[in-house]
Amino acid sequence: MKAFATLFAALDGTTKTGAKLAALTHYFQTAPEADRLWTIALLSGRRPKRSVNATELRLWAAEAAHLPLWLFEEAYAVTGDLAETIAHILPPPATASDRSLTATITFLASLTGHPPEARRAAIFAAWNELVPTERFLFNKLLTGGFRMGVSQGLMTRALATATGQDEATLAHRLMGDWSPQTTTFAALTAGAGDTGTGDTGAGSRPYPFALAAQLEGGPETLGDPADWRAEWKWDGIRGQLVHRAGAFALWSRGEELVTDRFPEFAPLADFLPQGTVVDGEILAWGSNRPLPFAQLQPRIGRKTVPKKLLTEAPARLLAYDLLEENGQDLRPLPYDTRRARLAALLADLPPTLPIALSLDVPFTDWASLSETRATSRSEMAEGIMLKRAASPYHVGRKRGDWWKWKLDPWSVDAVMIYAQSGHGRRAGLFTDFTFALRDGNDLVPFTKAYSGLTDAEFAEITRWVGKNTLERFGPVRRVTPELVFEIAFEGIQKSPRHKSGLALRFPRMARWRRDKGVDGIDTLASLHALLTATSG
Amino acid sequence: MTALLTFTDRGIYCPDGDFFIDPWRPVPRALVTHGHSDHARRGHGQYLCTHQALPVIRHRLGEITASGIAYGERRRIGGVTVSFHPAGHVPGSAQIRVERAGEVWVVSGDYKTEADGLAEAFDPVPCHAFITECTFGLPVFRWQPQAQVMAGIGAWWAANAALGRPSIIGAYSFGKAQRLMAGLTPQGPILTHGAVEDVTTILRSQGYALPETTRVTPGIDARSHPGALVIAPPSALGSVWARRFQNADEAFASGWMALRGIRRRRALGTGFTVSDHADWDGLNTAIRATGCERVFVTHGYTGPFRRWLAEQGYDAGIVETAYGDEEEETAPVAEAHP
Ligand SMILES: [Zn+2]
Ligand SMILES: [Zn+2]
Repeated sequence: MKAFATLFAALDGTTKTGAKLAALTHYFQTAPEADRLWTIALLSGRRPKRSVNATELRLWAAEAAHLPLWLFEEAYAVTGDLAETIAHILPPPATASDRSLTATITFLASLTGHPPEARRAAIFAAWNELVPTERFLFNKLLTGGFRMGVSQGLMTRALATATGQDEATLAHRLMGDWSPQTTTFAALTAGAGDTGTGDTGAGSRPYPFALAAQLEGGPETLGDPADWRAEWKWDGIRGQLVHRAGAFALWSRGEELVTDRFPEFAPLADFLPQGTVVDGEILAWGSNRPLPFAQLQPRIGRKTVPKKLLTEAPARLLAYDLLEENGQDLRPLPYDTRRARLAALLADLPPTLPIALSLDVPFTDWASLSETRATSRSEMAEGIMLKRAASPYHVGRKRGDWWKWKLDPWSVDAVMIYAQSGHGRRAGLFTDFTFALRDGNDLVPFTKAYSGLTDAEFAEITRWVGKNTLERFGPVRRVTPELVFEIAFEGIQKSPRHKSGLALRFPRMARWRRDKGVDGIDTLASLHALLTATSG
Repeated sequence: MTALLTFTDRGIYCPDGDFFIDPWRPVPRALVTHGHSDHARRGHGQYLCTHQALPVIRHRLGEITASGIAYGERRRIGGVTVSFHPAGHVPGSAQIRVERAGEVWVVSGDYKTEADGLAEAFDPVPCHAFITECTFGLPVFRWQPQAQVMAGIGAWWAANAALGRPSIIGAYSFGKAQRLMAGLTPQGPILTHGAVEDVTTILRSQGYALPETTRVTPGIDARSHPGALVIAPPSALGSVWARRFQNADEAFASGWMALRGIRRRRALGTGFTVSDHADWDGLNTAIRATGCERVFVTHGYTGPFRRWLAEQGYDAGIVETAYGDEEEETAPVAEAHP
């Protein structure tokens, strides 16, 4: 764990990209190969299985530290991080060890299935031989929530420097459904495992998704409209459909294999030629237009899809790019060329298949496109995508060629009624708030939001919460309904589960309305009116 | 009979001696534990503090009527006897002991239990009632031994110096700054911000063993002093003032750096956990060492710390004070000082 702890400390102690890159590169050159592989896995969100739950951990940690549970909880509320709280409250280690990262993960996996007593004893023993920084990482592995402030791109770059491999090739190899149990560091980075077949093997691997940057202000700065193509920006799940010899797979942008969650796409395997990779948006589809995102949501986090869902909200892939044709990587070709080939490919398919071209939104000048964009919501879109006609398909987010030009969000003014302290970078600050709207004489909670303010504003609100707490429930405070915020959101849907009867999509604090008091907030009725106006 | 010490909206008050301890509003007579601005305030009629604390207090408050007292010296004031005892917090800092007819109360001021080699080392004072700070009164705060922390800072400085770039460390200008310069193994020149240098000069002339330092003046920059350690108040980090040290690596020394969330929120380079306050174990050890039955907690995580002490069998209460606004404590965890 010591090498891994050193890497973590180096990454955690700096905000400078150069320093992070150097630390990662050094680690990828010097750490044991098995540990390198696990580190790549952890940094790309592949977590080991949890062998202990958080409730057990709290109890055991309080017991090992000889502290009452309530005091543990108080400390936890201040750090905002379970792993960190445990790392610090335990007495200093009595012995020392240097189990490798891989050995530690194997050890944790071996605990699964044992009775609580045995797991408790094993974890007590492990805690007692680790210093606080190592303990922190050990606890993170235990609880599964690993974030190290390293983007996939940065990790890939470090790996490329360390191994001398091409960065784009590595990025592609790191995609997909591998795990440290199924491959080795050499196989993963040198591509020795590329012969893997089957729907989950290396042969089904998607390409790294090209991502669009947010267009702030208008598109006028982009230059000549003739150089650009526009499409609707759909509100669905970004996906890549991969059909190669012996492999048919649907991948979500989070590199998750979701083939089984969308069984309606299975027939495409019979119609799409082998060696085809299509990039597009998965949407729940009504008779001739998308259904709200909420209809797609039940598919997420489910292994099998109930029949009812398949008939009520069938999925459809609106294809916007062709990345591979006849086994040939098309990504370097201009967007226009790829689109033309995609259109030709789709034109040959029977119209009953759940796939279609995501149509171009024609425009001649920026002003007319702006008018079209204003109608996005009635098209069930979030705005417009702009892609440069001559651009290749980039790896990740390269600014300049792909832009999302979203509609301005809706907003309401609401009052804060609960506050909860944040985690991670915002530990110790109250950052998670619940907001209410007026309903007659009542204040009805309708959404939570935790982003959109500056650190200074959060600090100020935190001091205010300290003085205006009415009640405490663990880490949550009920506060005087006084502070008003403009809550912006992207969408709204019915939700019988909520007291307000509705749920917002992507709510956030657009600004703190210091100029308004609780008398000036909006009504719940106004949101219901908005809901009625847009559903259908 | 009135209580030996009472708690008023001006500060801790002794009716029988007619004086206040570390009052935050103007009073005729103030006994002051140490020179930090939340304890030594302007506007009092008379000040009494240790001889060692007096020069810095005079420097900070200007024209005041003040007198000094030696550590351990007993002085009669009205119906009580007072004495000052080392608190280990910063040079000259004291706990104040008040005695009346065999009953003893002690006001801790700010303190730390580990000897730092510069401030007069903390000395537990037996008492019946102890009024203690608890800035870091939660069990997540556990300091490493000073030698280990200094070694870490030294390694950071050495690594920067090897690359020919200056190291700027943010540290409170009275106490923390001098503790760093005295505790670090020299790796090159030490440069100081004016606020740090003023206090350093005063302490050096009092006889505290401090290494040579150079005040940062126009003309002093990264080129003239590559590999230097620059000690500056935390507010100078990332400021226009710091820009003359191009390419410098910045760090911050504070007890709050123990928390990862706060380290990351500051986003100002490296965070070193160095505090002039007692940690969880230090607070508990200090309280036990007084042999007291009653404890009043103030200045920090008072709620949970009071409950913890009550569960340990103490008669424990909370005192609301206005302490805790000195620079180190300007609440990165705003929770700590509501
Ligand atoms: Zn102080
Ligand atoms: Zn203080």
